[in-house]
Amino acid sequence: MLTDIPPSLLLFAGALITMLLRGRARNVFLVVLPAFTFWHVSQLSFGEGTSIAFLPTFDALEPLRVDKLSKAFGYIFTLNAAVAFLFAFYVKKAFQHVWALIYIGAALGVIFAGDLITLYVYWELMAISSAFVIIARNTLRAKQAAFRYVMVHIFGGLLLLAGIVMTVSSGGSIAFDSFDYADANLGTCLILAGFLVNTAAPLFSAWLSDAYPEASVTGGLILSAYTTKTAVYTLLRGFPGWEPLMVIGCVMAVFGILYALLENDMRRILAYSIINQVGFMVCAAGIGTPMAISGAVAHAFCHIIYKSLLWMSAGAVLYRTGKSRCTELGGLYKTMPWTLLFGGIGALAISAVPLTSGFTSKTIIIAATEHQHLFWTWLVLELASAGVFLHAGIKFPYFVFFNRDRGLRPKEAPKTMLWAMGILSFLCIWLGVQPQMLYDILPYAVDYKAYTASHLVTQMQLLMFSALVFFLFLPMLKRTATISLDSDWFYRKGGPLFYRAMDKSLNGINAKVADLIAVRYTAWLGKFFRNAPAEILGVLLVPYWTAIGLKADDIADRKEKLVLRAKRGAFPVGITACLAVMMLAIVYLVAIA
Amino acid sequence: MAGQKKEFDWFDRPSSRRLLWRLLWGACVLTVVAELFVHRHPHFGIDGFFGFYAMLGFIGCTAMILLAKGLGKLVKRDENYYNDHTEDDVIPEDIDDGHAD
Repeated sequence: MLTDIPPSLLLFAGALITMLLRGRARNVFLVVLPAFTFWHVSQLSFGEGTSIAFLPTFDALEPLRVDKLSKAFGYIFTLNAAVAFLFAFYVKKAFQHVWALIYIGAALGVIFAGDLITLYVYWELMAISSAFVIIARNTLRAKQAAFRYVMVHIFGGLLLLAGIVMTVSSGGSIAFDSFDYADANLGTCLILAGFLVNTAAPLFSAWLSDAYPEASVTGGLILSAYTTKTAVYTLLRGFPGWEPLMVIGCVMAVFGILYALLENDMRRILAYSIINQVGFMVCAAGIGTPMAISGAVAHAFCHIIYKSLLWMSAGAVLYRTGKSRCTELGGLYKTMPWTLLFGGIGALAISAVPLTSGFTSKTIIIAATEHQHLFWTWLVLELASAGVFLHAGIKFPYFVFFNRDRGLRPKEAPKTMLWAMGILSFLCIWLGVQPQMLYDILPYAVDYKAYTASHLVTQMQLLMFSALVFFLFLPMLKRTATISLDSDWFYRKGGPLFYRAMDKSLNGINAKVADLIAVRYTAWLGKFFRNAPAEILGVLLVPYWTAIGLKADDIADRKEKLVLRAKRGAFPVGITACLAVMMLAIVYLVAIA
Repeated sequence: MAGQKKEFDWFDRPSSRRLLWRLLWGACVLTVVAELFVHRHPHFGIDGFFGFYAMLGFIGCTAMILLAKGLGKLVKRDENYYNDHTEDDVIPEDIDDGHAD
C-alpha cells in the first residue's frame, strides 16, 4: 500500500532518479515529485503505520506516525519544496538538488518518526545532507562555513544521542511522546538541548546566520525552511509546557532583531530574522496550551511560506546582481519591480500586516500569552512584532530596492522565479484573508478571530509607529561595510587559538625534549664514550708515572699517545687483557659485596 | 540613448518623498484616531490605555534601535575580521552570467 510508505522514502527514491535525469526533464521532475509527495501526505490516514521490530528488549520502531501535528508539518514541507524547486528551475547541476531532496526527505522523516531511534537517524542525515547543500555553492567560503555548520550539528546530534541513551537506559521507552516537565532529568534535558541547537537557540544560533547566507541562491532558500522548523516540531511534540522555553524564545525573538538591525548582508538579515521568528514558536512551545501549540503550527506554516518568499526575492537580486550587501545595493525598484512586489508581500506578511498570513497566524501565539496572563512574555512578543517590521518588513526592501540608486540596472528575475514568488505571494494573502483552511489542519481546534476592529486598530498602530521610527532614525540605520561578532566567534577565533595554544605548548615541549635527548644528550654520550677511557686511564696512570720518576715532558708525551690509542681502540694486547682482568675483578668484587 | 523609454524613477523624486512622509504621518494619526471608535478588550490593564500600542511601537522600536546601536559598538568588526574575504573577486556559479534566462 502506498499509504504505508513514509513520505521521506519517496524523496530518497527521487534523489536517485534525479541523478539519472538530464536537462529540463530533471527540473520538471523536481517540481512534480514534492507536489506528488504533498498529495501522498494528504492521503495518509491517522495512526501508526507498519512497525519494525528493533533490538529484543526495545519497543518496535515506528517510521510512520501520522497525526494532525505531523501532517500539518508534512503539508508545508512538501508544498514549500515544490515551489522552491520551481524557483530553482535555472539550476543546471544535479549535485545540489540530490542533496536537497535527501535533506527534505530526512526532515519529513523526523516529522513522521514515532520513536527516538528513527528520529535520531533522520536527524543526523539532515545535518549531513544540509552541509552538502551548503558545500554545493562551491566557493571556499561556503566550504568553510559548511565545515563549521556540520561541527555544530554533530555536537547537537551527540547531545541528542546521549539524552536518548540515558532516557532509554533508565527505563524509558523509545517512543517519542511529550516529556513531563515535572520529571525533568539529565536525559530529557540533553534531548531538549539537542533539539534547541537546531532551533538556533542563544549561544548555538551562529550556525544559522553563518552558514545559510554562504549557500547558493537556491541552497539558502531550501535551508531556510527545514532545520529550524523540524526542531520547532520536536519541541511542540516533546516539550510542550516546559517553562524555560518561554524565556529562550523571548531572548531569540529580541536577539534576532538586534542583529538583523546591525547586519549589512541582505541574506544575513533574513537569517537573523529566522531566529527572531523561531523565537515566537519556541516561546509557544513553552506556553504549551492547545492554543499556543496550534498557534505555533500555524505560525510555522505561514512563516515557511513568507520566509521562502523573502529568500526568493533576495535570491533573485543576488542571482541578477551578484551582490548581497546593502552597502552595494539600492534603487532596484526601477528594473526589478515584480521581485520588489513579491518580496514586499513577503515583508508585509512577516510583519503581520492585516490581510496577510502573518496577521492570522503569529497573533494566535500572542493571544495565547494574553489568555495565560503571561505579561512579560506578551510584552516581549509584542515588542518583537514591532521589531520584525523594522528589520524584515522595511529594512530589507528599503535598502535593497530603494535607498540610494547605485547605478545597478539588472534584468527582472527569470520567469520561473517570478512564478514561484507569485504562488507564495498568493498564499500569503490567501491565508491572510481565508485562514479557516489553515485553522482546520491545526492539531487543536482554535477559536480565534483575527479580524476584530480592536485588533486591527492596535496592530496598525504598532506597525505604523514602528515604520515612523524607522524613517525618523534612518540616519542611524545607515549600513556600514561591517560584520557583527556572534557566538561563532568562540569557535572561529577560539578554534585557531586552541590550535595555536596546543601547537605552542605540546610542540614546544616536543621540540625541547628532542633537542635535549636527540641533539645534546646523544652528542654528549658519544663524546663521553670516545674520550672517557683515555681520561680515566690518564687519571690512573699519571700518579703512577710520576711515582716511577718520569719527567713532565715524558708524562705529557705518554698521555698524548694514550689518548690517541684510546680513541682508536688500539691498545697492545697485554694492556687490553690486563684491563679485562681488572674489569672482571671489579665485577666480582661488586657481586660478592 | 535616443528613443529609449524614460526610466521609472518616481521614488527618487523629492516631491514623491515629501508625499510619502505625509502619508506616513497621516497613517499614524489615523490609527490613533480610529481607536476612539473601537471597543477594546485589555488583558493586563496597562494595554487598556489610549494609544498604548502606538506608544509601544514608538518607544519599543526606538529602544531597540538604540540598543542595537550600542551593541554595534561592541560587536561590529571589519568585514575581513575572519580573513575569509580572499575570493571577493570570484563570481560563484549560482550567479547569472548574463546568458542564462
